Amino acid sequence: MTPISRRSAVLGVAALSVSLALTGCTKAATGATPSGSGSGGAAAKLSVVFIPKNLGNPYFDTSDAGGKKAVESLGGTYSEVGPQQASPDGQVQYINTAAQQHVSALVVSANDPKAIGDALNQARKGGTKVVTFDSDTDPQYRDLFINQASPEGLAKVEVDGITKQIGDSGEIAILSASANATNQNAWIDLMKKDLAANHPNVKLVDVVYGNDDDQTSFDKTAALLQTHPNLKGIISPTTVGIAAAGRYLSTSDKKGKVALTGLGTPNQMREYVKNGTVKEFYLWNPADLGALAAYAADALVKGTITGKEGDTFTAGSLGSFKVGANQTVLLGDPFAFNAGNIDQFKF
Amino acid sequence: MTTAPAPSKEPTVTVPDTSTEVQLLVEPSSLAPRRRMAQSLLRSRELSILAVLLLVIAAATIKNPSFLLSSSGWRDLLLTPSMLILLAVGQAAVIITRNVDLSVGSVLGLTAYLTGRLFIDHPGIPVVVVFAAGLLVGAVLGLVNGLLVALGRVPALVITLGTLYIYRGLVLSWAGSSRINASDLPAGFLALGTQQILTIPVLFLIAVVVLSAVGYYLYTARSGREFYAIGSDPDAAVLYGLNVRRRVIGAFLLSGALAGLAGVVFAARYGSVSSDAGTGIELQAVAAAVIGGVAIFGGSGTVWGAAIGAVLLVTINRALPMLGIPDFWQQALVGALILSAIVLDRVLSARQSRRLVEARDQS
Repeated sequence: MTPISRRSAVLGVAALSVSLALTGCTKAATGATPSGSGSGGAAAKLSVVFIPKNLGNPYFDTSDAGGKKAVESLGGTYSEVGPQQASPDGQVQYINTAAQQHVSALVVSANDPKAIGDALNQARKGGTKVVTFDSDTDPQYRDLFINQASPEGLAKVEVDGITKQIGDSGEIAILSASANATNQNAWIDLMKKDLAANHPNVKLVDVVYGNDDDQTSFDKTAALLQTHPNLKGIISPTTVGIAAAGRYLSTSDKKGKVALTGLGTPNQMREYVKNGTVKEFYLWNPADLGALAAYAADALVKGTITGKEGDTFTAGSLGSFKVGANQTVLLGDPFAFNAGNIDQFKF
Repeated sequence: MTTAPAPSKEPTVTVPDTSTEVQLLVEPSSLAPRRRMAQSLLRSRELSILAVLLLVIAAATIKNPSFLLSSSGWRDLLLTPSMLILLAVGQAAVIITRNVDLSVGSVLGLTAYLTGRLFIDHPGIPVVVVFAAGLLVGAVLGLVNGLLVALGRVPALVITLGTLYIYRGLVLSWAGSSRINASDLPAGFLALGTQQILTIPVLFLIAVVVLSAVGYYLYTARSGREFYAIGSDPDAAVLYGLNVRRRVIGAFLLSGALAGLAGVVFAARYGSVSSDAGTGIELQAVAAAVIGGVAIFGGSGTVWGAAIGAVLLVTINRALPMLGIPDFWQQALVGALILSAIVLDRVLSARQSRRLVEARDQS
């Protein structure tokens, strides 16, 4: 080791310890809950870090708000960190930081099934419980996966919705998020199977990727309509994608001629449901999903459950849940939003 | 005697005295102005890029007539590149002075979010005021770039890379995880995103007006020509007594203001704005300028070329999927376009300098 690099190593260690001390300070400052943060020493006081796919995504804003409420009702501390963009490895640094702080649980929506695996396992070695929600990693990297809805149920509700709207025949396309998003690809595979088996006259002509970016999704929708002039419907199983597609469709001469459905949030879709571009779209309640993830994390930390199949736990007002195959907990059936009910929802 | 014509005096033809003929290294063209113009037009980079553009449009239209001939197709052909034209014009002005502005994507994101916030926080605010605010905020951010580059004597690449992150940081801390939805924006403003006058979209008209003004300025105004002089040889420009600092600051101010305007256009067109709006678009702006024949080391090229480059870039991205070319190859093709533009630059400038050397040797 040269003198210079030794010196820089020392500097690095110093910087690291300072930053750790600083983060420790802020944690102490924010942990002013009545349940006595100082007492108990190493005994687990629940601290949960939510890591969404990216910040600025209203879906995760809602789900993480539900998680926050649940964590606080359990007397724990909640925080949310995450990358600005949903890139495969963008979450690693946040996982590492949380692991170094020895938080009791991480609740993660994975941008990639493998890229963050090593970081998660590192955190688990340090005693942190890992719960994935919304988008899963490979099972060996986490303790539990909270499934918003069964992929089968979601794929089916979207396929049923679009085929009903286009009269069960014609060309459709899918506008997805990124090409390597686990949940998107699982849904798309199931949709293809469902279409092939039950809707022989409906042809899936294209799958395009908008990368959960407003502009890209918008431009991809425009290109889709250009490329396939006979297109009758679009499924967009992502909230950013369906809103961008709704915006493009509502200003194009295909409005009302090309059906659009998928997974969206009421705030983003209100405009397009009311102006007739979109008849119906689907989602579960993200706040419930975040809350269930928080309750599951709590149960894991307390040791009430270990995450094996058949374990049961109660999640506040959500009721009782049972761990299924592959250490998975299912939230329930998706919900259909339409002109009749959209004004009851404000997320 | 009355009919006799007056004896006309034989006119003496006076030939202009050319005894003191000046020998020029490069003779001014002896061709008629109109022919000269036609020739330089035919040789121009702008025309070759325009030819490629027309080729792409023709290919896409043959494959699918609605690309050009449907009302949505025609509208999108003009509307989609409008935002990038604004950025490319600003970028070209900066590159011509041998600088580069990488912060435009962040400036765009900031003013796009500002646009949404103005409409949410001040309901009923006139659209004109919002456009002015976008221009103004962009100009201030551009001024910061210009001052840092001109006074700090640090390469623009480094300065604007820094402000790229700083300005993006401002948007992130301001917007956080909140976003602007279409339902937050007034209908009149959203309608601007697709409004047409005689089938020409309003946003495209805005871009063309800006392009014409900047193009005219750079082509005719003395201070506009100084942009080229500075870019060709900054040291010579200083020795010659040009106000280099002032022009460089002006170029960045222009680029910032246009990026600010593009942010408002972004909000009107896309209707939803999150904190990462415009991420990475600065590279497209640079690519558009380079493809359009603006030399990356400054001193040559026109904003017209940059604008055509922007239209080509956007149109290629829209046309290639229609021609059945997969995503990866679309990116590779854009890369190939940039490389060939640079190779062409080198070949042309090598030929030019060879010609000048020959002319010198012959005299």
